Amino acid sequence: MTDSVYLDHNATTPMRPQAIAAMAEVMSAVGNASSVHVFGRAARAQLDRARASVAALVGAQTADVVFSGGGTEANNAVLQGAHRRRVIVSAIEHDSVRLASSDAETVPVTPDGVIDLEALSRMLAASGEPALVCVMLANNETGVIQPVAEVARIAHAAQALVHCDAVQAAGRIAIDMAALDVDYLTVSAHKLGGPQGVGAVVLRPAMPVAASQRGGGQERGRRAGTENVAGIAGFGVAAKIAVEDLPTAAALAALRDKMEHDLAQVAPDAHIFGGRTSRLPNTSCVAMPGVAATTQLMALDLAGIAVSAGSACSSGKVKPSHVLAAMGANEIETASALRISLGWTTAADHVGRFVGAWSDLYRRLSPASRPATVAA
Amino acid sequence: MNAINGLRRNDQPIYLDYQATTPMDPRVLDAMMPYFTTKFGNPHSRSHSYGWEAEEAVEKSRAQIGKLIGADEKEVIFTSGATESNNLAIKGVAHFYKERKNHIVTLVTEHKCVLDTCRHLEQEGFEVTYLPVQQNGLVDLERLREAITDKTVLVSIMAVNNEIGVIQPLKEIGALCREKKVFFHTDAAQAVGKIPLDVEEMNIDLMSISGHKIYGPKGIGALYVRRKPRIRLVALIDGGGQERGFRSGTLPTPLCVGLGEACEIAMKEMGAEAARLQTLRDRFLNSIQAKLPDIYVNGDLAQRIPGNLNISFAYVEGESLMMGIKSLSVSSGSACTSASLEPSYVLRALGVEEELAHTSLRIGFGRFTTEQEVDTAAEDIARHVSRLRQMSPLWEMVQEGVDLKSIQWAAH
Repeated sequence: MTDSVYLDHNATTPMRPQAIAAMAEVMSAVGNASSVHVFGRAARAQLDRARASVAALVGAQTADVVFSGGGTEANNAVLQGAHRRRVIVSAIEHDSVRLASSDAETVPVTPDGVIDLEALSRMLAASGEPALVCVMLANNETGVIQPVAEVARIAHAAQALVHCDAVQAAGRIAIDMAALDVDYLTVSAHKLGGPQGVGAVVLRPAMPVAASQRGGGQERGRRAGTENVAGIAGFGVAAKIAVEDLPTAAALAALRDKMEHDLAQVAPDAHIFGGRTSRLPNTSCVAMPGVAATTQLMALDLAGIAVSAGSACSSGKVKPSHVLAAMGANEIETASALRISLGWTTAADHVGRFVGAWSDLYRRLSPASRPATVAA
Repeated sequence: MNAINGLRRNDQPIYLDYQATTPMDPRVLDAMMPYFTTKFGNPHSRSHSYGWEAEEAVEKSRAQIGKLIGADEKEVIFTSGATESNNLAIKGVAHFYKERKNHIVTLVTEHKCVLDTCRHLEQEGFEVTYLPVQQNGLVDLERLREAITDKTVLVSIMAVNNEIGVIQPLKEIGALCREKKVFFHTDAAQAVGKIPLDVEEMNIDLMSISGHKIYGPKGIGALYVRRKPRIRLVALIDGGGQERGFRSGTLPTPLCVGLGEACEIAMKEMGAEAARLQTLRDRFLNSIQAKLPDIYVNGDLAQRIPGNLNISFAYVEGESLMMGIKSLSVSSGSACTSASLEPSYVLRALGVEEELAHTSLRIGFGRFTTEQEVDTAAEDIARHVSRLRQMSPLWEMVQEGVDLKSIQWAAH
């Protein structure tokens, strides 16, 4: 698949070679990080190093990083730990937040895909019950960045706690947990060049979190189970490189912006979701009205281009995106939207090939590109 | 103390802690590597070949795991490890069936994550019976039969104990559970790939599997969940609905591949490897018994995986022994509780006196253990035990013929 173009970095990002090398080294050694012998201590040192790198990724203290088996587990851990609180989530949260609490209340978003802060204030004011507010830092389908610091200010004024799912944002934009002023922040390794199967909950200093898994008391009793030492080491290395690489985000954004500009030239009726607001540098969600996303995906796959129609998790079922629906998109737009997500392996000609293939498709299939008289 | 320095090796110590974790088999690592590099797709991506390729690898691995335990691939759910599998099996069943039944039976010698999960359920209002074990570490089937009531939903009994390596009578437990119409969960983290397991023959309804105990990677495990008749679970982790809704979250393709490959290798090599380990273990035990009086093997020696020994060296502190023998990596019990100096609750459950329990070492042999390592280990341990005993006033008293009646050593 060397010729193919991978533009689905929000589903998973190829691993950084340095992270692979670090993991290969750990996997060639032996050691349970809880063992007191030399092998165990070496494993423990790997964890400590990675913990420091992940803390630096989000501007937190090393001791406040709790590793997990991924972003979904991390989000579930936070929500299940808050089971006595009223849970308020934005309408565009990932399923691992939306569905982790059975009776969550939903805050609407604007047509641009940004959380409605006034609605949040009203909901918090409506009841004095202690709440947990969950707002992601950047949306996985549109890349729209949420005003999390504002959310935290409003929520804290109402004595609520704040959880921020930063899975898609981490490594793509700078994160300073102290400035965001959130109580819980969650990250995933495989969205930033680390391995699948590792994530973390990062806590405000001295913030309690209920153990999501019970057992041997690893992670200071906050998450039991033998630590995935190799995976965590890979996460640490990837986090470090992602931070070092943040200055290249502007170039990636320029590539994305040029792509959107080129698409708009070909297709004046193309719609960019969240295009008027602040987004991640790498993400674009584009509707080709009148052409089903599945049709576009098949054609693009034949052309060797990998993109997606939204979240990867929906286990095969083509269901309308709750994110786009929350933004007030109509069914035609929602059914014709593609997510294009760039990353550290993306070159200018990859984007060029996508624009070419997408444009061909548009000219062939889009109702808007064909004069009505051709219908005969 | 110069004697210790004289024994120090410059190279790595000998690894004899295979129940804590195992080194990865290089063949497993080889199988995994392409899925870190070129085949990096998200296995849940349905719109391109990167995703399909990853999914295919995950499904192949699921079949490899199923085959090793006589299960259908559809009955295998990936988790982040055996701790999660145990949490999911026990909490999942308890929560799903709580309207009808609220009682769980388990053993006092289970792994901490099973016991801790059960204690948590007790706080929620469930009832749990923690059955004692016999002096050899095995469950008393009659007591088990008596413990099961019409409120019992689940029996959770480990296949192989992590500290003493004893194999529970799974087939008999399974038959009893089937007769009583109770679900049978077994934590098989230490058993899979070490002894033959068959979920049909043993009537096992749920089985927890670990990657890193069978020469696979850390951070991956599996839970076997019977489909006929169907076992229902409440998920611990919600989200994208992966793993048929039992366990949301992106599957780590390379880790899944690693677990599958580890199972495939175990399937092929289990028989020969068990015979080899048995020989090594006998060699070690014979050697150490010839060199040292007053040592006791904890747990049944016959009903035991070949790669485990747990020995009490009377009159010698296990911790000082462990710290003294820098040339060996062994443990005084479960890795999870290594940092604590409490005597092992498993040994205490066998009736081993606290003092004797403190003198115990868990010695684990595995795929990469050599005859030479075993010989060196036996010599080093014997030398250190003799030296420490020379410094022990208790040992001195015993040698002088003083009857230490106040200490009741358990017989083995």
